[in-house]
Amino acid sequence: MPTVTMTVNGMERSGNVEGRTLLVEFLREHLGLTGTHVGCDTSQCGACVVHVNGTSVKSCTSLAAQADGAEVTTIEGLANGSDLHPMQEAFREHHGLQCGFCTPGMVMSAVDLANQNSDPSEHEVREWLEGNLCRCTGYHNIVKAVQAGAKAMGGGS
Amino acid sequence: MNDFTYHAPTSLDEALAALRGGGDGAKLIAGGHSLLPVMKLNLASPTDLVSLAGVPGLGDIADGGDSVTVGAMCRHAQVAGSAVVQARIPALAAMADGIGDAQVRNAGTIGGSVAHNDPAADYPAACVALGATIVTDRREIHSDDFFQGMFATALADDEVVTAVRFPVPARAAYAKFANPASKYAVAGVMVADGPAGVRVAVTGASGDGVFRVAEMEAALGASFSGEAVAGVAVSSDGMLSDTAAGADYRAHLVTVMAKRAVEACG
Repeated sequence: MPTVTMTVNGMERSGNVEGRTLLVEFLREHLGLTGTHVGCDTSQCGACVVHVNGTSVKSCTSLAAQADGAEVTTIEGLANGSDLHPMQEAFREHHGLQCGFCTPGMVMSAVDLANQNSDPSEHEVREWLEGNLCRCTGYHNIVKAVQAGAKAMGGGS
Repeated sequence: MNDFTYHAPTSLDEALAALRGGGDGAKLIAGGHSLLPVMKLNLASPTDLVSLAGVPGLGDIADGGDSVTVGAMCRHAQVAGSAVVQARIPALAAMADGIGDAQVRNAGTIGGSVAHNDPAADYPAACVALGATIVTDRREIHSDDFFQGMFATALADDEVVTAVRFPVPARAAYAKFANPASKYAVAGVMVADGPAGVRVAVTGASGDGVFRVAEMEAALGASFSGEAVAGVAVSSDGMLSDTAAGADYRAHLVTVMAKRAVEACG
């Protein structure tokens, strides 16, 4: 069984995987990082979004082997101890979640947007969140949270 | 998904050797956003997957004066954000920016898209309308000859797409009626007024994949205006029919999207 090694949330992590092991399976089942969720498993819902080498991707449609040697950031890697990341704080402040299932993917996607655009318009946020589905609240507060989080980040993660 | 052996070659020669070594069961993987979904459904079950991610020289975009060459491993987001593509063929940048969603555009590649030739993918329409040339490890194939029906191309089993070369048109635009869930084209029309004349290419609509509409091209050659194509109806014979749209509706959409694309050319 091949070995993959990647830097996950700043720590080097290795594991023996099958060729077919998805990145999300490696994160959840091998590393126990269950903050990254599997929703649709068809690359549409975005619950599985993580960062690979700084850009957001759907980890249900990536092989662990494709991320060999990469820098991976998951939702668990955002907060600094008990201090929430500004985007997480914005989701809490603006009630950008209800059941929370989509939230890790929403936040990871939003951080990628904010890294490129520190003051996204409502339209730009809605366009960017095309690949993140929420089945509870609708998107109104999520959009507000993303705009506030992006401003709070001030162009940096 | 059935298991397979994953290969991570670091040169084109190594990739070709791995592809040949795996025989009939070997497939290339680029971004994987067409292939992995198909594999999850067991519609494809390769025994060997050969990744092109570590092969150097496939990720560049070059301005060749009268053409723009896009490396096969260029992600859709890279094409959409490229200053060269935006300046020389803005319609191509805009088309790439409308594929899937942000995360799909961060992973999917132009080479993977053309090699897969999904009948609802956007790139085949852009390639055919712009008269692009598909460059492989061994030859160059004009897009008119490259796309050969649903999921079928002129590629040999062990052939690797390395780049796509687009002639720079005088004007071009793409209009898509997108599936609201997947953003695949229910009907997408690229219109280009380029070195080979006016070309109109349609994706998403036909069960045979991308096709040109000669009547529209002739009409636009005589008068380049939305009105010129508005009256050109396309037959619904052979059109796809699914939960997104029936064949008649798709045929109707082709004319509507063609008119919008022409008008967007300015």
